[in-house]
Amino acid sequence: MKMCGGTLCALFFGLAAVAEASAGSLRDDFSSVVFLRDYNTRLVLISTALLGVAGGLAGSFLLLRKRSLMGDALSHATLPGIVLAFMFAVHFTGGGRSFAVLITGAAVTGILGCVVVLLIRGLTRVKDDAAMGIVLSVFYGAGVVLLSVVQHMPEAGTAGLESFLYGKTASMVRTDFYLVSGAAVISLFASLALFKEFRLLCFDEEYARSMGWPTHALDVLMLLLVTLVTVVGLQAVGVVLIIAFLIIPAASARMWTSRFGWMLVLAAGFGGASGWLGAGLSALAPGLPAGAVIVLTAAAFFVLSLLAGPDRGIVGRAVRAALLKRRIERQHLLRGIYEVLEETGPAPQLAGEGTPVVPWAALERKRSWTPRELRRVVRRAYRQGLVETMGRAGLRLTDAGARAAARVTRNHRLWEIYLVEHADIAPTHVDRDADAVEHILGADIIRRLEATLPSAARPAADGVPASPHPIR
Amino acid sequence: MRGALGTERAWAGALRGGLPEEHSPDSPLSVHDLTVAYHRKPVIWDIDLEIPEGKLVGIVGPNGAGKSTLIKACLELVPRSSGEVRIFGEPYRAQRKLVGYVPQRESVDWDFPVSVLDVVAMGTYGRLGWLRPVNRRCKGLAMEALEKVGLADYAQRQISQLSGGQQQRVFLARALAQDARIYFMDEPFAAVDAATERAIVGILHELKRRGRTCLVVHHDLATVEEYFDWLVMLNMRVVAAGPTAEVFTAENLRKTYGGKLTLLSEAAAAVSKEAGTVE
Repeated sequence: MKMCGGTLCALFFGLAAVAEASAGSLRDDFSSVVFLRDYNTRLVLISTALLGVAGGLAGSFLLLRKRSLMGDALSHATLPGIVLAFMFAVHFTGGGRSFAVLITGAAVTGILGCVVVLLIRGLTRVKDDAAMGIVLSVFYGAGVVLLSVVQHMPEAGTAGLESFLYGKTASMVRTDFYLVSGAAVISLFASLALFKEFRLLCFDEEYARSMGWPTHALDVLMLLLVTLVTVVGLQAVGVVLIIAFLIIPAASARMWTSRFGWMLVLAAGFGGASGWLGAGLSALAPGLPAGAVIVLTAAAFFVLSLLAGPDRGIVGRAVRAALLKRRIERQHLLRGIYEVLEETGPAPQLAGEGTPVVPWAALERKRSWTPRELRRVVRRAYRQGLVETMGRAGLRLTDAGARAAARVTRNHRLWEIYLVEHADIAPTHVDRDADAVEHILGADIIRRLEATLPSAARPAADGVPASPHPIR
Repeated sequence: MRGALGTERAWAGALRGGLPEEHSPDSPLSVHDLTVAYHRKPVIWDIDLEIPEGKLVGIVGPNGAGKSTLIKACLELVPRSSGEVRIFGEPYRAQRKLVGYVPQRESVDWDFPVSVLDVVAMGTYGRLGWLRPVNRRCKGLAMEALEKVGLADYAQRQISQLSGGQQQRVFLARALAQDARIYFMDEPFAAVDAATERAIVGILHELKRRGRTCLVVHHDLATVEEYFDWLVMLNMRVVAAGPTAEVFTAENLRKTYGGKLTLLSEAAAAVSKEAGTVE
């Protein structure tokens, strides 16, 4: 839930940032971007893709450690550091825009922000989320104030500093590329080397501590990794949106897998792809702020994952629910037919010559189906070759349908008998209880049911035991 | 006040038949004067314990008696206000490899993306050490532990697919994979199915047979005599400790559960109130 909220928030800011930008028209240099013909574009795209990989890895740990908000506080707290470093550089060296100097400042105040969060948490009874909210906004506010002060300094050309707010990939140069690549390589190695330690820490910190792992040191390492990715990503994605670059690929990856290792791989992939595509799109339309486009690209992957993720995706869940509903309806139909035929006596003839036709009205009564619902269920069963319809008179089971009906009824009754004999449920109530579970019983449970039920040993001739309660 | 507390302690000591003043190096766990306070409110007070080796030790007491806190303080998971804990005669720090911990099931997020085998293999991380990846030997040990708790078929499942009882058995298997000499288990029997309860009892007996010591926080008084041969009855402080047959008496139960500790709890309330005004 929390991560969805974060994603929506990022989406909102992304849209706002795009709208803010002057609408740059798509140029015809599409091919030069896609095929990396232009040297600077090539640098930018490779950098942002590497950054995405690093962000996906670090973000996965952050997400699973449930520290997403901490990452947000950290990234916002970098802003005053950037501006202070700029002022410092202007004052002492004259030139202010060395990327390395700026991100050093960013790292210092970013980590300071985290320390303040920890101090507030440790020394007062203010809760975690409140502490992070306070630090995030206060540091960011300080950054904005400092930024406007700097902009009024006469001697300094401050062009470029605002790009740290929303990100501007076009301003990246070769040294930036080396920095970003270095950070990506470091985060890749750290993730591989500390895979086991981070997994243990994220899953069960207390247990890790009981075994003697220095969990505080591991937390610091994780935070340093996040700081590293954050500060080198600031120029491309910006202070406000960098957290999305960390969290969204990880959240997307979680939709596809329930394995820690695969989640890291997928998060790195999603991050890299969003960096590449987002930077490419913003290169085509130079008016668009790169950070926002990158985040929106990542958000698109997230929405896709949300819908299509096999295990947790919305579409997958809906399909599974629909399939289950159909199976239940089919089983109800088959058992209904069996019970109607059984009214003549136990072990009725179910199919073939001379079998009575089951009238529609009798089946409607069985399940309080409306005529339309019943026709829909029957039509599906007909397509599966389970029943044949005899016009207005009613319907009949095919041979396959007869076998299925006997099996379905048998499972239902075995389960009912089990509930009556072993769970002390009144026979009059057992029908609905059995209904709730019988449709999902596997073959293994049925075998165990058979083994535990002595009454199942004396079924009627067709293997179906008598119902333990009167049938409506 | 001081006099009253002193009397209380002397009385508790008399109940146990005198206190050993020094830590015995042979005892798997010896606790001396242990006090733990959360926000200055004492949770456990002046605990003295000397657990003999190879016993199944139950820790019982009412809610809020400090049972989990006692275990966590022994494992240095919560800070102690005062007192000492020795594991086989040495501080916990030096003896971690000898200790296995089974936390409460609710202490982790079971929607975490790992498989059952991954979790159980975590028990072998201590032996592996830094930076070494989980190898086949670890997985083999984890598999053995899973077989012991009857979950071998579930090794590749994602942990969110397990029932509560199965989750508890996974935690137990993880501690078994550690192959420790003394185990601390926090409410392993809480809200588990009959199969799990049987499995855990079986494991406890096997551990005892192999000379291991187990401390088990327990809440079901009906099964105390059946499961444990040694008992610690706790309500902020040790009401009684000793062989179950000796200490599990109506009198001690009344003292543990019967609200007869008004003096102590009043003192605790007074201390926390004072602490509140200081803050």
